Amino acid sequence: MKNLIALILLLTLSFGVVASEAIELQEADIDLSDNESLQRGAQHFVTYCLGCHSAKHMRYLRFALDAEVDQKKVLKDIAPEGASIYDQLRSAMNKHDAEKWFGVQPPDLSLIARSRGADWLYSYLKSYYLDASRPFGVNNLVYEDTAMPNPLWQLQGEQHSEIRKTIYGEYTKLVLEETGTLSEKEFDIFVNDLVNFLVYVGEPVQLERERIGKYVIIFLLMFLVIAYLLKKEYWQDVD
Amino acid sequence: MNNKGVDKSKRQFLTSALTVVGAVGSGYLAVPFLAQMQPSVKAMAAGAPVEVDISKMEVGQLIRVAWRGKPVWVLNRTPEVLATLKTLDSELRDPLSNESEQPASSKNLGRSLKPEIFVAVGLCTHLGCSPTFRPEVAPIDLGEKWKGGFFCPCHGSWFDLAGRVYSGVPAPTNLEIPPYRYVNDTRIIIGEASEEKAA
Amino acid sequence: MKPTRLTECGNWVLERFPVTKFWNDHMAHYYAPKNFNFWYFFGSLALLVLVNQIITGILLTMNYKPDAKLAFDSVEYIMRDVPWGWLVRYMHSTGASAFFIVIYLHMFRALIYGSFKHPRELIWIFGMLLFVALMAEAFMGYLLPWGQMSFWGAQVIISLFSAIPVIGDDLSLWIRGDYVIADATLNRFFAFHVIAVPLVLVMLVFMHLVALHEVGSNNPDGIEIKASKDPWGHPVDGIPFHPYYTVKDLVGVGVFLLFFATVIFYMPEMGGYFLEHANFIPADPMKTPEHIAPVWYFTPFYSILRAIPDKFAGVIAMGGSIVVLFLMPWLDRCPVKSIRYRGGIFKKALFLFVISFLALGYLGTQPVTPLATTMARLFTTIYFGFFLLMPIYTRWEKTKPLPKRLTRTHSLEEQLHALEEQLPALIEEITELKAVDTEIGHLAFKSTFFSRRPNPQGMAHVISRLVKKLKGSLD
Repeated sequence: MKNLIALILLLTLSFGVVASEAIELQEADIDLSDNESLQRGAQHFVTYCLGCHSAKHMRYLRFALDAEVDQKKVLKDIAPEGASIYDQLRSAMNKHDAEKWFGVQPPDLSLIARSRGADWLYSYLKSYYLDASRPFGVNNLVYEDTAMPNPLWQLQGEQHSEIRKTIYGEYTKLVLEETGTLSEKEFDIFVNDLVNFLVYVGEPVQLERERIGKYVIIFLLMFLVIAYLLKKEYWQDVD
Repeated sequence: MNNKGVDKSKRQFLTSALTVVGAVGSGYLAVPFLAQMQPSVKAMAAGAPVEVDISKMEVGQLIRVAWRGKPVWVLNRTPEVLATLKTLDSELRDPLSNESEQPASSKNLGRSLKPEIFVAVGLCTHLGCSPTFRPEVAPIDLGEKWKGGFFCPCHGSWFDLAGRVYSGVPAPTNLEIPPYRYVNDTRIIIGEASEEKAA
Repeated sequence: MKPTRLTECGNWVLERFPVTKFWNDHMAHYYAPKNFNFWYFFGSLALLVLVNQIITGILLTMNYKPDAKLAFDSVEYIMRDVPWGWLVRYMHSTGASAFFIVIYLHMFRALIYGSFKHPRELIWIFGMLLFVALMAEAFMGYLLPWGQMSFWGAQVIISLFSAIPVIGDDLSLWIRGDYVIADATLNRFFAFHVIAVPLVLVMLVFMHLVALHEVGSNNPDGIEIKASKDPWGHPVDGIPFHPYYTVKDLVGVGVFLLFFATVIFYMPEMGGYFLEHANFIPADPMKTPEHIAPVWYFTPFYSILRAIPDKFAGVIAMGGSIVVLFLMPWLDRCPVKSIRYRGGIFKKALFLFVISFLALGYLGTQPVTPLATTMARLFTTIYFGFFLLMPIYTRWEKTKPLPKRLTRTHSLEEQLHALEEQLPALIEEITELKAVDTEIGHLAFKSTFFSRRPNPQGMAHVISRLVKKLKGSLD
């Protein structure tokens, strides 16, 4: 009986591990309180992503307030020419062109960090490699047959994939073939800033929420202590 | 059950303490609940300043623009109208706009930054209907005394072409003048205050 | 003393409206057994969560748009542009999961202490109807954010109806109001979620409580406190609900709110269980997400559905897994209510049932593999075995003698206190002091430290003792 239960538990827990066989993701270093990084990320986003992707739930004003940047500076350095501070980050590309060029409409990126996760985005943007069989000549290790060409190839350079063999089995490694305008380290920081910004865009209220949470919990602890004392006082009557 | 040696004051104190803490907590919880009915950022975005191009306006023409969802009139007044405005004081309730809402820079005879261009929120100060623009003098329906102005169809209030209310009508004050400023001679921004002093 | 204006006003109302009578009947003079334990918090907590859902729900409807083109964006609008909208939304989404946690624990309480048995069958029936209404409410509410999971989850569940022979296809078409989940479906689900089902829920809660206060509460000993009364006609082992249980429940509320606030402010997605990741992608009728799973509270039943290899039989099994719960008062033939005095066979059966319920829940969140399906079938068998064999095994139960009056057991505080005293000895047992050599930089600094390391042998002892204790408690 006991053995049976143990066996059942073991089996139930173990196959979950087996089932989640996927490419190991690289870890993004997310720090939403790093306003510098968020600003750089916002600039990168507007320069490299906004051409095709919107983040239509995000307003420049909100970013200016949250990242503590002057509103005029946001309009000058980050937002495209002629944008209003109340505008949302909308792409100028029209739907028809998008479908003609890429076969799909580029998704809105407001919530991409919440559906995909920071590490996925970070790894995805770093995992392009040359593949002549694809329409744009590149493929992606994390998201196979992705419809998006590598938007950052000039910065990163071009990678090709190699199969490496170890005693544990085979794995694919991406090797830089031609260096881009950024060094490997600079590129990592670049992508990290961009992902940091996307995580922020996914839930702008995140830091605020955690800040308020502290007070709520302290308050509830106070409530709990008094309620407990009151209960104890009354329950003296009950033996 | 045994409630003989009970310390009543302690119970009373703890009960009061918990009531107070609970009331404070409910109060704090009520703030977000009530605040979420405040205008959202979207509403504020709709309330952003609006830029109006007045270069193509003909003399005597009135255009309507939406600012914060309200109709705002921009009127290019004729010299005759400006002359008439000076003669009306005795028929008006608040000819000097002492009790009416306008930026200090617009508190003058024509209630405007520049005499010809008149900007006002097109809502009657009585109950918020939008008055009709009636520039003609003495039409049949409004009678001999009408010198051209704005007539509110809801409750019959009269305003002159500087948005000043006539006496003896329901509206209490002159039409509201929004903050606005000139970017240059042909463009104005409604919703941003002008730094000029009253002319 | 001359009555003041205020008391006169008060009396005027009281003469016409029985506030005092109501308060006395249901609070101040409602006698509840004095030995309620931890498990008895969840009834009042369920009421608290219901109130939370209603208030935050009303606030959400002020900005939500039940339109397939606008719904997803309106939720994000609430999350970003509406002042404090994020808090209201998280309170509602976390409240949904909290509701099920509380309700499942509340139902488990009824199982272990026999609260569903004579004379409380009707309370149980109303409670089960509440559970079904709550599942309908949660299911329809989950469509409203109009994300990928909303869409495809609803698609799958509504397709279940098409398994019914003859009328199935027409029925599911009628429910959807379109050939797929569409604007019409969203709009009607909104109407049900916001008006129809909440009305039913509130009405059922009322009936659940009226029925409860008519027969009186059960208790962990499972004996009727009304059997022994004092000269004034009050149960000797009963205490007035107010103030004793109001103050006690406030403590429960405090603890609950601490957990609730922690989730809302620090982990509103709860690792993808309370808010699923794929639901942050707008509904796309052209593309199913790679892995779709219902929200965690439906997964046990979803697992049962998947375990059956036939479409119609699967639907019947899933429905049956809920229907058998309704039959509990008649399936259980044992005259003893509380698990404290019931036989080992029931304890073991219940233990297996809980394990299989949890395992089914876990399996429902995972993708299908042959092994998972086999496991799900095994647990489904245990699930139904627990109920369907109940009339047989409960008949031969060797029960213990029942006490005449309520017994005194250690309260939660006392148990925690005892645990605290045992803790140092326990730590001593599972760890051991070991000499550790460390090298810091140069060899000259080589020194030896003593540090606590886990002791496998000690741990094995402790675990085997726990298992023995568990086994003992199942006899």
